Amino acid sequence: MEKQRYERPVIKMLESNMPNKFGLRTEYKPKTHIDNVAVKDLINEYSSPLFVISEKTIRSTYKNAKKSFTTRYPKVQFAWSYKTNYLSAICNIFHQEGSWAEVVSGFEYDKAIKNGVDGKKIIFNGPDKNEKDLTKAIKNDSLIHIDHLDELYTIIELSEKLNKKPKVAIRVNMDTGIYPMWDRFGFNYENGQAWDALNKIMRSKKLELVGLHTHIGTFMLSPQAYGTAAFKLADLAIGIQKKYDHEIKYIDMGGGFASKNTLKGSYLPGVDTSPSFDDFAETITSALINSDFKPDKLPLLILETGRALIDDAGYLLGTVISNKRLSDGKRTTIIDVGVNILFTSFWYDHKVTPAQSFTQYTEDTVLYGPLCMNIDVIRENASLPLLNKGDHVVIHHVGAYNMTQWMQFITLRPKVVMIDMDGKTHIIRENENINSITDFEKVPEYLKKFEL
Amino acid sequence: MIKIKSNIAISDTGFIFNPSNGESFSANPIGIEFFNLIKQGKPQDKIFENMLEKYNTDKNTLEKDYSDFVQTLNQFQLLDQDAEKKA
Repeated sequence: MEKQRYERPVIKMLESNMPNKFGLRTEYKPKTHIDNVAVKDLINEYSSPLFVISEKTIRSTYKNAKKSFTTRYPKVQFAWSYKTNYLSAICNIFHQEGSWAEVVSGFEYDKAIKNGVDGKKIIFNGPDKNEKDLTKAIKNDSLIHIDHLDELYTIIELSEKLNKKPKVAIRVNMDTGIYPMWDRFGFNYENGQAWDALNKIMRSKKLELVGLHTHIGTFMLSPQAYGTAAFKLADLAIGIQKKYDHEIKYIDMGGGFASKNTLKGSYLPGVDTSPSFDDFAETITSALINSDFKPDKLPLLILETGRALIDDAGYLLGTVISNKRLSDGKRTTIIDVGVNILFTSFWYDHKVTPAQSFTQYTEDTVLYGPLCMNIDVIRENASLPLLNKGDHVVIHHVGAYNMTQWMQFITLRPKVVMIDMDGKTHIIRENENINSITDFEKVPEYLKKFEL
Repeated sequence: MIKIKSNIAISDTGFIFNPSNGESFSANPIGIEFFNLIKQGKPQDKIFENMLEKYNTDKNTLEKDYSDFVQTLNQFQLLDQDAEKKA
């Protein structure tokens, strides 16, 4: 007789009071396949933990976002936010789809050039651009978004030195009715800083003012704030037209659209509460179309959307190391995915799904990573099906920021594989090994030997 | 010898009731089996034997899960402490 499937025994106290912080059961179906490739096969072939990227999801999400804007506004351009995920394979998917590059450091700038992006189609943001970076960007006719006056004066000096008219925009920060207000980057709209910078640019006659840029915040759950921002940028652009008879070529609304992740402390899951691309597009394009721009003189609308375009395409596969109990009897499960590779677990209650079939029984569980550090908590409370040692789990919506903000700490960083449009898998970043770390170290000769 | 309090009732579907304090619990099918085998006074070895015959598992897993289950029963005050002392 064939033996029955074993599940660990569980006994739960029945409580009839308010739901506890673990909430209700959320996982009903195992995630056994990603784009028709079995999770089990992926782990067998590439080891665990493992980042998996779905090319199909990236392309369909991009097309969806593009459609939302292009059906409402005549001139739209996306620029891929390198800091969100700068693995070259991923950047190149966006470039193939028509995205320019949006970079925030000399390193990212060089990476975009290395990927083959035309310098004219690189937007250079960020507060730290040194003379070397700026020289490169000016020579390549890149779009430099000025963050502060020191940068503005440096660019004016360089323009004289290089005898070239740099293409610039200013970053504008403003009150859009949201909290916190992001006012550390760029020049403020309300207190006149933005006009001050624009006057300096226009009067210098050394720079070509091509655009206006803003980036109002991150993981924005209120589309209306973008409407306010677009209205204020349009007001500046119209003001420049009137005052200097100068036409602004583009308005860059930055990024910050929320993905489908669930922020910690949220009552409802992100899939139910995050606005859609249509919501953001409707607000932004309405504000621009309803502004004082002449219908045939509407500026190009640039979007630097990162997170919302890539988060859903990324999965992190892991394996259960052990089940334990805390001193008060609370169930804990340790998996081989730590906060060092899942940085976003500090912000989100990530959706975690077992990769194999399970019964309807669940246990309130704290999900720990493998690091010997108290901070290594992937989910502080989750009502999860019963997992056994060796079982696999899939963590969803991890495409944004994790593969750039991850760090080598205690464990080595794993492989990243991509499933292409035909369901074939490709390694797009190798896993680290001991040499990845020690090759950068130098041990002085006198410290090379010791006796114990 | 581990013994479940004699007044604790369990239904076929795993609903467990403690009449002395009104607390109720639910167990999954494997939990029900463990509970019943312990309630019947079966020694640990016999329990493992029974389970190994029926389920696709190994002794190490059973031992670990059994001890975890018994600890939970103890935490929920479902074990007869006097019986343990006498043993």
